[in-house]
Amino acid sequence: MLEIIEGYYAYFFLMLLFVIGLYAMMMKRNLMKKIMGMSMIQSAAILFWILSAFKEGATVPILDRAISLDNPDLYLNPLPHTLMLTAIVVAVVTLGVSIALAVAIYQNYNTLDERELLARMEEEK
Amino acid sequence: MITQNAPALIPVLYLVAAMIIPMVDYFRSGLSYFIALLASISIFGISLMGLQEVITNGPISYHLAGWMPPLGIELVMDSLSAFICVIISASALLVMIYSRTNLVQELPDKTMGFYGLSMLFMGGLAGIALTGDFFNLFVFLEISALASYGLMAIGVKRAPVSAFRYLVLGTAGAIFYLMGVVFIFISTGTLNMADVSNILPHVEYVRPVIAGLVLIILGIIIKMGIFPIHHWLPDAYTDASSTASALIAPIGTKVAAYVLIRVLTIYEFPPLLDILSWIAALSIVAGSVLAIAQPNIKRMLAYSSIANIGYITLGITLANPLAFIGALLHILNHSMMKLVMFMSSGGIYNNMGTLNMARMRGFPLVMPFTALAFIVAVMSMVGIPPTSGFFSKLYLILGAVEAGAWVFVGAILLSTLLGLVYLFRFINIAFFRPYEKYDDRMIIQGESRKLGLNDEDKDAGPKIYETMPRNEMSISMLLPVLIVAVGIILVGVFNGVLIDKVISLAVPDF
Repeated sequence: MLEIIEGYYAYFFLMLLFVIGLYAMMMKRNLMKKIMGMSMIQSAAILFWILSAFKEGATVPILDRAISLDNPDLYLNPLPHTLMLTAIVVAVVTLGVSIALAVAIYQNYNTLDERELLARMEEEK
Repeated sequence: MITQNAPALIPVLYLVAAMIIPMVDYFRSGLSYFIALLASISIFGISLMGLQEVITNGPISYHLAGWMPPLGIELVMDSLSAFICVIISASALLVMIYSRTNLVQELPDKTMGFYGLSMLFMGGLAGIALTGDFFNLFVFLEISALASYGLMAIGVKRAPVSAFRYLVLGTAGAIFYLMGVVFIFISTGTLNMADVSNILPHVEYVRPVIAGLVLIILGIIIKMGIFPIHHWLPDAYTDASSTASALIAPIGTKVAAYVLIRVLTIYEFPPLLDILSWIAALSIVAGSVLAIAQPNIKRMLAYSSIANIGYITLGITLANPLAFIGALLHILNHSMMKLVMFMSSGGIYNNMGTLNMARMRGFPLVMPFTALAFIVAVMSMVGIPPTSGFFSKLYLILGAVEAGAWVFVGAILLSTLLGLVYLFRFINIAFFRPYEKYDDRMIIQGESRKLGLNDEDKDAGPKIYETMPRNEMSISMLLPVLIVAVGIILVGVFNGVLIDKVISLAVPDF
């Protein structure tokens, strides 16, 4: 049991981060907390990709004269890192749009609490 | 020249138009409509040329920046993606023509934002249809999703709330998809779809592949708005402006269904297909049942979208050629029906001032041509033979019979009957009851009491029958509606030609 945790603790940590984020998105009533949860699952996914590039004992994918060219095993896989740059941009844009929507909601209803919001929307009908 | 570069030109032109519109509009407002229209027309032309080329000479592959496929990003236009591209660009063109007068009435000072976002949305969808790379698909998915959050947030007062709900769910879907792709990437070491489907059968340790597939499909069905995770869809469609819902409703969820086709064809895993077909059957029945209870016409149409995306998913997951043809034909048919219905409900909202079905009496007297188009779409939705809806349902049922899945045959037939109930409820109110001034007063009684305008109610004598003045939609709004209505009948009549020439080429080997 302990070996499993020891060998894969990064995966357990990311799973925990992901689940906490999902919990916040579903259960928290404040819209800002939902946005934070959203940000957490995005971070979890991005870190998961980075983790997929990791190799024990390998170095950053920049040409090192000390390592001979015929041994690419000693370099990390650079592809996930570059892809995740794009994913981070997407995550930032999503964050921006969601905060803009939260501002619009606050201007229209003067609250960010979901229960309060539903009550005010019912009133309006 | 153009045809060979079509896979790149289609999304890029949309994205370029999305960038040019805010810049030009800054100097001269009003030009954004023409730029959007020009882009839509040219892209529709390019899509048709691409489709023609694909049918005669086979798939076109475009290597971005000249990098060869397994390393670089590949854009592929095969007969399936060309078919989807034509649907996307045609409905974009029609909605752009429609948007001119509608936007002036509904969102007078937000036209620039609307056109910019709609071009971005279309660019994302076209990119999803054309890309041959899993990560690239994620980026396009997010581009179209972010643009659609913006489009849905421009609308009535509660529209930002609905858009926010969609944003939370849609982002969760996109992240599930991204998590799924990393499992595929770990197992195969590549992101190119064709490469992945070559490598996957030789992967020894299949558990991560299946986990990845489940996560990807979970992400996609959130975007598709299928039954258990459909809550974002009715709110978002109802609260958006008429043009935005006419733009998003016909194609937004269909493109997610297209991604489902792509994902399911790269790897065979039968239990997943079984679960998905049950979800689809549930969605068909639940969407139809929920549609019956809706008083708001756009809300009813949104629930019927949930039922119809169920048909498409069922056709894909039954995994035999007949059902697959039915699913592809239904993607086309349902786009056309929803275009007519959402565009005419926008016209109804502008000219009769209501979306409540109970107050739409005398609709055919007010807008005769719209009513004609609407009834064609209703006939197609229910599945009455000359219209195209009959044929896609026929193929789906034949496919279900061939698969021996009698429960699904029952679900399709039941949903058709329920469709008859919810659509003819509207037809009954709108077409067969004369407009009574008295009715109007009865219905707004609650409001008038609040405002203290009781005096008029006291002298409400016997029922006053009165026809509302004829108030047809303006020609630019009416034209696309009529074109699509004619298209529904033409596709129905010539469905054999369409299936032989285009759709049968897109069916994968089962």
